[in-house]
Amino acid sequence: MANVPGDLRYTKDHEWAKPDGTRYRIGITAYAQEQLGDVVFVELPKVGTKVTATQAFGVVESVKAVSDLFAPLSGEIVEINTALPNAPQRVNQDPYGQGWMIVIAPSKAGEWDALLTAPQYEQLLLSEAH
Amino acid sequence: MAKQGAASYDKLIFELSSPGRRGYSLPARDVPATADVVPAKYRRKDAAALPEVSEFDVVRHYSRLSRMNYGVDTHFYPLGSCTMKYNPRLNEDMARLAGFLRLHPLAPEAASQGALRLMHELGVMLAEVAGMDAVSLQPAAGAQGELAGVLMIRAYHASRREKRTKVLIPDSAHGTNPASTALAGYDVIEVKSNADGEVEIDDLARHLDTDVAALMITVPNTLGNFEPRILEITGMCHAQGVQVYMDGANLNAILGITRPGDLGFDVCHFNLHKTFTTPHGGGGPGSGPVGVKAHLEPFLPTPVVVKKDDAYALDWKRPKSIGKLQAFWGNFGMLVRAYTYIRTMGPDGLRAVSENAVLNANYIMKRLSKDYDVAAPGPCMHECVLSARRQKKHGVTAMDIAKRLLDLGFYAPSTYFPMIVEEALMIEPTETESKQTLDQFCDAMIRIAREAETTPGLVHEAPVTTPVRRLDQTKAAREPDLKWMGGSGRPPSPPTSAPIGDMGGSGRPPSPPTSAPSA
Amino acid sequence: MRYLSNTGPEQRAMLDVIGAASIEALLTRVPAKARLARPLALPAAAAEMDLVREMRALAAVNADAESYTCFLGGGAYDHFSPTVIDHMILRGEFFTAYTPYQPEASQGTLRTIYEYQTMIAELTGMDVANASLYDGGSSLAEAALMAANVTGRTEIVLAAGVNPLYRHVTATYCQGPGVKLRTVPAPGGAVDLDAAKKLVDLKKTAALVIQTPNFYGCLEDVAAAAEIAHAAGALLIVAADPVNLGVLEAPGRLGADIVVGEGQGLGVPLSYGGPNLGVFAAKKELVRRMPGRLVGATVDLDGDRGFVLTLQTREQHIRRAKATSNICTNVALCALMATIYVATLGKQGLVDVGELSAAKAHYAAERLSAIPGVSLRFPAPFFKEFTLKLPVSPDRVVGKLLKQKILAGVPLKRFDKALGDCLLVAVTEKRTRAEIDQLADALGTAVA
Repeated sequence: MANVPGDLRYTKDHEWAKPDGTRYRIGITAYAQEQLGDVVFVELPKVGTKVTATQAFGVVESVKAVSDLFAPLSGEIVEINTALPNAPQRVNQDPYGQGWMIVIAPSKAGEWDALLTAPQYEQLLLSEAH
Repeated sequence: MAKQGAASYDKLIFELSSPGRRGYSLPARDVPATADVVPAKYRRKDAAALPEVSEFDVVRHYSRLSRMNYGVDTHFYPLGSCTMKYNPRLNEDMARLAGFLRLHPLAPEAASQGALRLMHELGVMLAEVAGMDAVSLQPAAGAQGELAGVLMIRAYHASRREKRTKVLIPDSAHGTNPASTALAGYDVIEVKSNADGEVEIDDLARHLDTDVAALMITVPNTLGNFEPRILEITGMCHAQGVQVYMDGANLNAILGITRPGDLGFDVCHFNLHKTFTTPHGGGGPGSGPVGVKAHLEPFLPTPVVVKKDDAYALDWKRPKSIGKLQAFWGNFGMLVRAYTYIRTMGPDGLRAVSENAVLNANYIMKRLSKDYDVAAPGPCMHECVLSARRQKKHGVTAMDIAKRLLDLGFYAPSTYFPMIVEEALMIEPTETESKQTLDQFCDAMIRIAREAETTPGLVHEAPVTTPVRRLDQTKAAREPDLKWMGGSGRPPSPPTSAPIGDMGGSGRPPSPPTSAPSA
Repeated sequence: MRYLSNTGPEQRAMLDVIGAASIEALLTRVPAKARLARPLALPAAAAEMDLVREMRALAAVNADAESYTCFLGGGAYDHFSPTVIDHMILRGEFFTAYTPYQPEASQGTLRTIYEYQTMIAELTGMDVANASLYDGGSSLAEAALMAANVTGRTEIVLAAGVNPLYRHVTATYCQGPGVKLRTVPAPGGAVDLDAAKKLVDLKKTAALVIQTPNFYGCLEDVAAAAEIAHAAGALLIVAADPVNLGVLEAPGRLGADIVVGEGQGLGVPLSYGGPNLGVFAAKKELVRRMPGRLVGATVDLDGDRGFVLTLQTREQHIRRAKATSNICTNVALCALMATIYVATLGKQGLVDVGELSAAKAHYAAERLSAIPGVSLRFPAPFFKEFTLKLPVSPDRVVGKLLKQKILAGVPLKRFDKALGDCLLVAVTEKRTRAEIDQLADALGTAVA
């Protein structure tokens, strides 16, 4: 079973969100990067872009697969991981750490609570495995 | 033995270059030297860094590179959906007749009557094969035929002042179908297939409404099976004013047996490089003529080859036409080859083509059905899809099996397509292969199934007899190296002092011998 | 049926293994109602020698560039093609191979494509070239759509000198995505740069497109066009014939963002207009938006150099409806012809071809424009092709010269009504002084 840290929240599309002061740091889960295989490219939006929860904000690619990245929360992108274009392998090596993708300043209250908790996400992974 | 012998060669043409060496001759200038015919402002400042090699360098280099390829001429090529059949040499000779090969596309029509007549006759013959009313030979390949077909459907609906926005495509479709449809400005809606790769009629019915412009579907489907309810499907579509497009990639299965037009299709394209034996050339050129029923004829690409009395002409006055797809009239060289082929085979021959393609595919499916899972029960048409899910339990994937086949002297089947089949191996033997070849292939496949159980490491290692072993695709995508940069910013190339004529003299250390059988 | 292998007894043996009574029994899923109850209405099978006789007769009706003296251009040119090309491409390992999806068994094709990409990038002065598209027209159309995608803008501004057939193809491709085309006039043969400046919009224009030399043969000022495009945040797309780029400056060095073109001149036969060779090259920042296949270098398990198709996530077989293009099959064999052509001609040969063509074209222009009533239509400098204004109908002149086995040029009436009295004449390195003199004499008589 893939690593699912207890202090994060998750989407059904395998993104994670982590509180960082008043903002949220976003990435994809260990399970997601395993499914993709070697990540070769990450396309992220510009800082200042507004995103809406459940809508695509970027793209992650492996050699033979492309996957949209969906925003867990609505808000404005205030930071992006500028290291990823040159080091996409960080998404594989450290999906919850150096492989983070964007930081969102949230614009809607309540969305965080609607995200999956770690046990709920683990449950989802179990059901996808069968 | 791995990586040795003639197939092992690691030069690029640039690495053979020697300043001042020449491989060409041109006549001396026979007109007066006019000063500055090209003003300096337009001239190249630095000469292009191109190779300087002799003609013999060219011949040996490309001969050696060719030997690093598998082709239909040298290897059985069971690549599903791609229809790798024998490419008759007569076709090549006919395409090289000077009157065809050296004819300029803008030569006066009066001076191009032979070419125009050939095109006109080929159009008529293709229309008969497909049960269509009119054919455009212009599309350069199947995908462009698809674009032409969908644009014609779009123009047809527009001419009726109907605003339809969606095109339905089964989830088992070739990737070009959704790509061409999106390019034509439509939203692509995926329709589910059942486990046998057949369209889910209920799911289709749910999606059919007056927003739908077309259904695009491959017959026989991408699992190699004929869609048994196809008449019902085309009927349901027409009841809603929906046009039905047939992806003709698999037309080679039904020649003289049934016709897209008789199945209710409004449009279909032909892949001349699949069904009509024009060579694949390492990825093209193809040719993708498109056939339509009469109601779509006004929308055909411009110009259309027409016959007036005894003369042939290009008709440009087509006010409803969707436009042009390539600058000239079509991939004429491929049209000559296809024409030659159809004339060689005749009606009985074409039917025998499909019958033997179906026989060969069913024979392979039957012979392999004990050792591999069959994706959908037969009888199949011209190809069969197996799943390596049983082998995967031993850690051997469809890709591993494909690579192992290379070592055993066969090209690989299509893998991981259609996407709805887990660990898919799509096998298309074609009609030109003999029973002996099919038996050798089946024996190899059965052997690999055994190896998956007993010596999976051997299958994982494969290929070991090819000029290179498995390649690092991740590195290629993470650090794109798309052109040769010579000495600058590139790992050192093999020493140029290495003897070029030395077999395997690529500067790499000899690989250890392996226990792999020689193919 | 000499292309089929199975004998009757073999078919019987196979059916026995399958457990089917007949081939017909394998076709039961085809609805009976839709079965073709008659043989296809096609000509009966022809024996090889009969068919050859018939095909030869059909081919002989055409006025080809071998038996006629060809001054036709307009996007296809009668350049010299070294004999080695055909010998190499006819090796079955090349011409009967498929797209190199199994790289270990396709290193020959992959290496030649990598060489091709390198040559095209070098000639055009761009960072990356793809493995080829269909032809010059569809390459330009793909470039226009790519520019719209990259910039998020919706208009393409094309110079009037861009080959009208390419413009027609571009319009066809742009109708689905709803990209609008606008045209800048070229009253003097070359594009009116002031008019271009006015037409290129700061918000809407995705790209400015020029062709050099353009359809009328005139050379364009690429650097000035680049300045206009870039000042508006648009891309500059340049259509260029790569066979000219041994002599003419690489568009990439003058500011082009995308270079497209028809590569037929690089050893690909005329073949009545197809198959051709769609050249497509771009700056490296744009590589992930490019259409078509790309080959990249990598290493194998032993660390040895090898080549693979790469950045495939752009393509239809992976990205499907969101792919950068719908293209699948390209024109790999034509790209191989071009690769062998460039290898054979090499660094000096491409310069020689360009210089000879230009010298002969200028000699021809001088001779022809000295004929009373005949003049050069445009003042702009040209390279190997030029537009003549004739005192009589160009169609009539062409018809008369055809009888003397001369393909005199392309009447421009069909492409531009305003040029109804014009003839487009192309001169390659293959035309001799004697042939040019013969053209001048015949044209002189025809217009007298």
